[in-house]
Amino acid sequence: MTGLPDTAIATQLTPPATSEPRRRRTGDRPLRRFARLVLPPVALFIVLVLLAELVVVSLGIPPFVLASPSAIWTQLVQYAPQVLEATLVTGFNALVGLVIGAVVGVLLAIVASLIRAIDGMLAPVVAAVAVVPIVALAPVLYTMFGSTSEVARIIIASLAAFVPVFLNTLRGLRQVRPVHRDLMRSYAATRSQETRFVTIPSALPHFFTGLRIASSLAVISALVAEYFGGPRQGLGSAITTAAASSAYARAWAFVVGAILLGLLFFALTSLIERIASRHR
Amino acid sequence: MSNPAPQPTAAAPEPTQVADATEAVVVREVERIFPGAKGATVTALTGIELTVHGGEFVSLIGPSGCGKSTLLRLIADLDEPTAGDIRVFGKTARQARVEQAYGIAFQQAGLLPWRSVAANIELPLQLHGMGAADRRARVAELLDLVGLADFAKHYPDQLSGGMQQRVAIARSLAERPRLLLMDEPFGALDEMTRERMQTELLRIRAETGAAVVFVTHSIPEAVYLSDRVVVMSPRPGRITAEIDVRLGEAGERGEDLREDAAFFEGVTAVREALHGPAAAAAAPRGVDVR
Repeated sequence: MTGLPDTAIATQLTPPATSEPRRRRTGDRPLRRFARLVLPPVALFIVLVLLAELVVVSLGIPPFVLASPSAIWTQLVQYAPQVLEATLVTGFNALVGLVIGAVVGVLLAIVASLIRAIDGMLAPVVAAVAVVPIVALAPVLYTMFGSTSEVARIIIASLAAFVPVFLNTLRGLRQVRPVHRDLMRSYAATRSQETRFVTIPSALPHFFTGLRIASSLAVISALVAEYFGGPRQGLGSAITTAAASSAYARAWAFVVGAILLGLLFFALTSLIERIASRHR
Repeated sequence: MSNPAPQPTAAAPEPTQVADATEAVVVREVERIFPGAKGATVTALTGIELTVHGGEFVSLIGPSGCGKSTLLRLIADLDEPTAGDIRVFGKTARQARVEQAYGIAFQQAGLLPWRSVAANIELPLQLHGMGAADRRARVAELLDLVGLADFAKHYPDQLSGGMQQRVAIARSLAERPRLLLMDEPFGALDEMTRERMQTELLRIRAETGAAVVFVTHSIPEAVYLSDRVVVMSPRPGRITAEIDVRLGEAGERGEDLREDAAFFEGVTAVREALHGPAAAAAAPRGVDVR
């Protein structure tokens, strides 16, 4: 579980925007497109839930092995305010962490793209940050900032978010096409003009790809960090608490909250990414 | 350095040694050597002598690696010669670039994909501080000139290759340059689009009166468009022949010209210059052999 962010980075590093897909506006209707895109996974989800219910009930599987979907749903409805509150706490940590990580990532990427020596200095540090496991870091930070503070979790989330934002933005800043560089030179454009008119717009889709990857990592990290101490009010804390008191269906209800939170972050950043790379 | 036997055929007019501001481009004794792998060097260009008069259309033609694009980049000051001198309207190439004496179009249209067609065309105007209202008026003129008035708000990825290239040409004309540098601008287009674009380029050129340096590897294209075709050969890149092909005033050249005897004569002359008379004689051709 703790190694997840690193593998996620490794597999998602290549942004899809680099291949310059020539998206042409096809004439198909948006409603039909939406239905074709959304209905199959929804149908699959419903089938799986029904199947799980059937299996759990018919085979009499005990709840600590697998809680039945209906039991989870009951718990989710019953504990809705608690799930919502825990989701907000974890979501806030993840969001603040994401913002801090993204800002630091972009700033350092700009510096690294401008000054090669700094790039050389940063590369090993970033590689080190990328492989720091949350398990190792969380207890240390909790002792540093005290067990009642959320700061440790925010730091963990921002560290996780920083890496993909930094790497993708730096990559994007180096993606200016030679023909655009020639063009700006032929216009005798100043360096700041070249940055504003070509370098930043070229890098933006890459930045948003990094942000999309970072958003999931921030949620996972903020949540997992709660397993290792600190205040008991987030989703991670709630899941461990419920599981520890043998309330398995309730633990699952909080897991559902975690899934929804992760989906929300992912969907929002994906949307921004799509808008940013519309005309590529 | 070593001057091989075939002298440049059309000897440059000697008296104009001093940079003449009426000539669009004057290239003297230019050499460009690239550093290669393991200390070896590649001579991309050597002993280049070229004059392009004001309003003249000159094509550079030759096989891959003959340095024609390199020569264009030197004139545009996108690269610097290792020896020799280049003047554009009497100024150094650098000064000419800084003062925006030329417009340029590349083989890849090189449009900024995040800018609309209109915003792409106005890019040079915006960079050089023209006001928004003036820009809008000029962009409208240019869109009319290249026949894309209905596509101002489209984005490059919504246009065909030929339309993208027309946008690039409109952009290169934005500041009314008296010199247009074009590096195989139609190289990536299909033959039909290409011929249409050529005719259009002639019309635009007649309207603007700009001098053009046009890099191509298509013989018919060079003959159809040019007043003069400069033939180059590789290893090392140098000019081997200059052929006057002026088939009529730019504005009067129509599609019929492609089937005209004069056009075929021009094609034959350029082909012989490119491949050498031996190869040309071996090819079965009507008139000359009999």
